[in-house]
Amino acid sequence: MLDIRNLFFQYETKKILQDISFKVKKGEMVGILGPNGSGKTTLMKVISGILTPQKGQVHIKDKPINDYKTKELAKVVAVLSQHVNESFSYTVREIVSLGRYAHQSGLFQSRSARDEEMVNQVMQQTGVLTFQDKSIHELSGGEKQRVYLAQALAQEPEIILLDEPTNHLDLSFQKDLLDNLREWSKKRDLTIICIFHDLNLAGLYCDRLLLLHDGKVEVDAAPSVVLQENRVKKIYQTDIKRTFHPIRPAPQMALVPRKIERHKREVDPSAITITSERVEVRVPVPLYTLSSGVVGAGMGWYKGFVNRHVDKTYRCEDYREDMEEYLLRNGFIPSETVGMMTAVYTEDATFQFIKREGFSVLLVVTAGVGNAVDAAHSSEHSSFLHPGTINIWIFVNGKISEQAFLQSVITATEAKAAVLRDRKIKDQETGTIATGTSTDSILVAATQEGNYLEFAGTITSLGKCVAEGVYNCITEALDKRERRLSQE
Amino acid sequence: MQKRCTQMFLNKRKAAYFYAAFFLLFTMVIGISIGTISVPILSVIKILTSYLGPDSLVNNVDPMHVNIVQNIRLPRVLLAGLVGASLSIAGAAFQGLLRNPLADPYTLGVSSGASVGAVITLFFQFSIPILGGLTLPFMSVLFSFMTIIFVVFFAKKMDPAMRVETIILTGIIIGSFLSAFISLMIALTGNELRQIIGWLLGSVSMRGWEYIRIFLPFFLVGTGLLLSQGKELNALAFGEERAQHLGIHVQRRKMIILLAGSMLTGAAVAVSGTIGFVGLVIPHFVRILVGPDHRHLMGVSLFVGSGFMILADLLARTIITPTELPIGVITALVGAPVFAGLLLRRRKRG
Repeated sequence: MLDIRNLFFQYETKKILQDISFKVKKGEMVGILGPNGSGKTTLMKVISGILTPQKGQVHIKDKPINDYKTKELAKVVAVLSQHVNESFSYTVREIVSLGRYAHQSGLFQSRSARDEEMVNQVMQQTGVLTFQDKSIHELSGGEKQRVYLAQALAQEPEIILLDEPTNHLDLSFQKDLLDNLREWSKKRDLTIICIFHDLNLAGLYCDRLLLLHDGKVEVDAAPSVVLQENRVKKIYQTDIKRTFHPIRPAPQMALVPRKIERHKREVDPSAITITSERVEVRVPVPLYTLSSGVVGAGMGWYKGFVNRHVDKTYRCEDYREDMEEYLLRNGFIPSETVGMMTAVYTEDATFQFIKREGFSVLLVVTAGVGNAVDAAHSSEHSSFLHPGTINIWIFVNGKISEQAFLQSVITATEAKAAVLRDRKIKDQETGTIATGTSTDSILVAATQEGNYLEFAGTITSLGKCVAEGVYNCITEALDKRERRLSQE
Repeated sequence: MQKRCTQMFLNKRKAAYFYAAFFLLFTMVIGISIGTISVPILSVIKILTSYLGPDSLVNNVDPMHVNIVQNIRLPRVLLAGLVGASLSIAGAAFQGLLRNPLADPYTLGVSSGASVGAVITLFFQFSIPILGGLTLPFMSVLFSFMTIIFVVFFAKKMDPAMRVETIILTGIIIGSFLSAFISLMIALTGNELRQIIGWLLGSVSMRGWEYIRIFLPFFLVGTGLLLSQGKELNALAFGEERAQHLGIHVQRRKMIILLAGSMLTGAAVAVSGTIGFVGLVIPHFVRILVGPDHRHLMGVSLFVGSGFMILADLLARTIITPTELPIGVITALVGAPVFAGLLLRRRKRG
């Protein structure tokens, strides 16, 4: 559809484009990225025929762009530019009708029925039909953008070029516009080439991305290949972290703001409060947390950690809402808090603070083995949800990798199983040694400051702390529990 | 509701054409009728229709009236009308092309060029043998063309893409230079001062049919060209890049509009002097009536502009008879407050 070969362009003495080549297939949606001054807009202007390159060629449908008459080109390529001059109050319909210019011929250039039909159709598609008689000056930025999109579509183009179309648009308009464009590219084989400022939108919507840097093509590939953390850091000269979209398989780039100097904060035993109602840990700065719980499960940043005691007979339809109300009542903000439940007496909670060279770990555990289960025979159990009985919290004063989070969970679980094995705690139903209880919860939280700890397997320094601490805390907690039970 | 709205707008447009044409006819008739010697309206209508049909209608009209109408009033009214129409349509086209509602036919310095030609003729009191009394309009048209060619040439040298900003800038530079030249000649002049000032302020008196004959070809070619560029002007009003994306050959269209507009302006200045405000106010006023669509804007402006000019000329020669005021004074006296009113109105709405 579009074939660009060895393009060179310069203004006066300033070289803008240097040896740019790429191809775009029919129906493809290609994003053009690059920092300011990388030549994105100039490239667009060359493709749309506004600028003529000093060297190199643009072929559209296997024909050099210079061989197209202006009118012919307008039937193939439509452009949605960033700035449009609006000196006069044309109505929406008048503006959209101008899109038919290239299809009209003859001295009077009268509108045919086909023109009329097309204009109505594109106004319908872009949702501007309802205000077709309004003046362009009465419209909002989002509405204007849709009017110009309608005008471009009225040209019945095969290629649409867009220069940062989502600029100044509300979130919902950005999404609508890009959703529509992608739908048209797939359904009608419309080829779309679009300049993006927002790497994340580009990564979400485009089939392919072209990253420009200093007038050259840095890389031309699928979004997941183009949006590499180190490359983006280098080209945009900024600190970003690559992550991923939670719903769609697309890379996302998160900006990392410059850190503000602040006092070093450490989670230590002073943060723990143990009462008969709950165990809580409060920290002044949010911790990066992976947890299973009632509230705040999964990954996130949290400042409050609550392990709430509930009676064995606790039944609640909407236990999540109940938990949120409970947190609010007790001065926690649910969106910043991880909440768990346990039937165990929270006063039996144990903790251990382990300091090592460069990092430290705080472990907090509540444990009971009333409904111990052997995982090897779990299929013999009915799946009934009891409040958790062994809840393990691991707080790390250090910066740990995502895999260290997972490894911490594995290590802690293995330590837990070891305690039950050593104490010969049996699964009541199968009679075999239990590996845990049916409703255990776990939490790993890290300050993400200080030394970087990449691994947390059982024989790494972090893993050793976790294994040792978890083993000790569970043992101690079970001892306390047994003592209490024997006293009663 | 939608449908009705569009319908209403279309009807409004038709009505605008109708009223504009009626306005022109009305001003023509009273313009011919009123003067130091009044000609009854009925006689005016009879004499006018005699051009279309049987001469017999004129038989029972006072021969002196026939003479006044045919040889003095009619050519005068026609010339005023043609000049008004030319300035208005050129103003509408330049406002669209230069994307500036404050542009007028004089923005590009064409009028200064035409004035230089006329002032030189008056200053040196010369006449070209074959042309005789028509030396002045001839020189004026010649100079206006030289000016626009120079403006375009210079703008192209400055900026090969010839963006409108460059054209406006070039026009202002050359216009200022030529104005200084005119001032110089006025400063050096003695007896002809009144003549030169009188010409500069504009007038359509005592021109006769010859001037119409000179003017008509320019008028027909100029308005014809401009009227055929309505759609292109609509697209150009959104910016040159946008227009090119829509399929318009921007360079070619721009050149056609520039030349046609300048031709009309130069010719108008040549026959009647620099008459201000018409080319600015009329398109503004008509835009309120029919909207910014240049096809209709230019069409309706033709009628309204010529009617307005005929009315202005009528005022100029009757308001303090027997003295005739320069028509440019009247258009400015009427035009400026009207323009201010339009701007205020727009601000209130906006």
